[in-house]
Amino acid sequence: MEILMSFLIGILFMTATYLMLSKSLLRIIIGTGLLSHGAHLLLLTMGGLKRGAAPLLGEHASSYADPLPQALILTAIVISFGVTAFFLVVAYRAYQELGTDNMDRLRGKEGHE
Amino acid sequence: MNNLIILPILIPLITGVVLIFFTKNIMAQRWISAISALLTIVVSFMLANHVYRNGIQTMDLSNWEAPYGITLVSDMLSALLVLTTSIIAFAALFYSFKSIGEARERFFYYPVVNFLIVGVNGAFTTGDIFNLFVFFEVMLMSSYVLIVLGGTKIQLRESIKYILVNVISSALFVIAVAYLYSVVGTLNMAHISVRLSEIGSAGIITVIAVLFLIVFGLKGAIFPLYFWLPGSYYAPPAPVMALFGALLTKVGVYSITRTYTLFFYHDVGYTHQLLQILAVMTIIAGVIGALAYTDIKKIIIYNIIVAVGVILFGVSVLTPESLTGSVFYLIHDMNIKATLFLLIGIIIVITGTSDLEKISGLINRYPALGWTFFIATAALAGIPPLSGFAGKLMIVRSGFETENYIGAFVVLMSSLLVLFSVMRIFIRGFWGTPRAYKNEEKAPVKWLLVAPAILTAFAVLYGFGTEAIYPVISTAAETLANPEIYINAVLKE
Repeated sequence: MEILMSFLIGILFMTATYLMLSKSLLRIIIGTGLLSHGAHLLLLTMGGLKRGAAPLLGEHASSYADPLPQALILTAIVISFGVTAFFLVVAYRAYQELGTDNMDRLRGKEGHE
Repeated sequence: MNNLIILPILIPLITGVVLIFFTKNIMAQRWISAISALLTIVVSFMLANHVYRNGIQTMDLSNWEAPYGITLVSDMLSALLVLTTSIIAFAALFYSFKSIGEARERFFYYPVVNFLIVGVNGAFTTGDIFNLFVFFEVMLMSSYVLIVLGGTKIQLRESIKYILVNVISSALFVIAVAYLYSVVGTLNMAHISVRLSEIGSAGIITVIAVLFLIVFGLKGAIFPLYFWLPGSYYAPPAPVMALFGALLTKVGVYSITRTYTLFFYHDVGYTHQLLQILAVMTIIAGVIGALAYTDIKKIIIYNIIVAVGVILFGVSVLTPESLTGSVFYLIHDMNIKATLFLLIGIIIVITGTSDLEKISGLINRYPALGWTFFIATAALAGIPPLSGFAGKLMIVRSGFETENYIGAFVVLMSSLLVLFSVMRIFIRGFWGTPRAYKNEEKAPVKWLLVAPAILTAFAVLYGFGTEAIYPVISTAAETLANPEIYINAVLKE
């Protein structure tokens, strides 16, 4: 299972990198979304994937699932959700104001309006 | 168990929430945020005093005992940094009252500043590595809003890059925490340290150490990772720049200091050597930038990078004296960067530009501004009785003692070049023939000068009172040099 997850995470990171290197702002944002998905799955995988009872309810179970990675990715997912939403809004506002979503044309001279 | 620890986080949080309901009433917003900022200063001073008298204070949230729940830890270093943060936050808020403009005040400027303080104070205080990530995100979210608030073209352009860089580094942070968790199986920072010392120096730990260095280095702007900083910090108005320059990068520096003294002190040969090389490169890159530009904002922004290098060089040498020097210099630098950005804000208000070519002869009309600026720049460069001197002296001396000649020499040379870069502002901008500027009559210079003048006074007192403050700072450095003190306080063994 861990091997399969590693491949999945690798593919997510690869796609994310490809998208983030493109010129269009929207693709870049989708890339950051995939990047954080990959990071969250990595967090879950590194915590150890094992079959076991729920940690507090199954009192006499022989093995327990580790609740901590799940709590961690729950927090991380909420944060990345918020950041992505904010990023989309900023991107839309920038598109309205600057009239382009092409990163090459967003470069501009430093300090230049 | 001490509930005082959480107050510097809780007060700005509640203030921020309350302020959201008063967006229409600007006067109420100003009063509430000023009072809460004052209250935060008082509380953090009490906390620092308490920590100095009674040793490290810890607080287990919801009474989940140390390795299991989230623990807040206030040692001398974090208490001092929280105190400095509170003072700078108050100064920046006070300065904002007359300079930030009504449009921003209506659009949640004060609540967001308060949330920023929540994130910064939380990051300084927390004793849990994942909670550190959460507080980083609180701080970053607020900084995204502050950097884009106003919506001018340059702000939108730079904020996209700033957000992108930080989203990627946040993902790396999660990845680093994941690797660390799979190796040690705990998130409590003291417990991590214990587990890591049981494992000793395995290759994977070095990998994690470098990964953390990349994550915090992106936030703290060390050598190859500072590329985003000059552009992003250039965009927002002066009080926001002061908050960013004084607080955000220093949170990254603090995190590097914490992790590299508490976790990764086993394989010093590789990780700290790397940190040292990067620190020296950071100083060099920062100095080159500071000398290259004739724009006041750019010069001071590159000086942030120089200071980050100096502090981290002290950390990488890892002797008690160099760590003391680093803590000295860290607090000095937070204070003086806030001062300089606020002063630059005044210059921009008067002249309408930050380009040195278009400014001259300011000291004729504004002697108080000129002399405050002069003292602040002298303190920045570390002219003896002022505040930058003691820290740099200790860092350089222990650099020579441990035979890190190149690094110590670069630190020494950097102070000279930093002095040159800021004196250029003074000579070109304040001397010469006076000119007439458009906004001159309307500028509330006297009011704006209050906050930076108070901070400059702190810099002077900090310099003259080095002898008096030394025991406090060396307590902070002692915890860094001996992780056992921290571990015992948290795990209560």
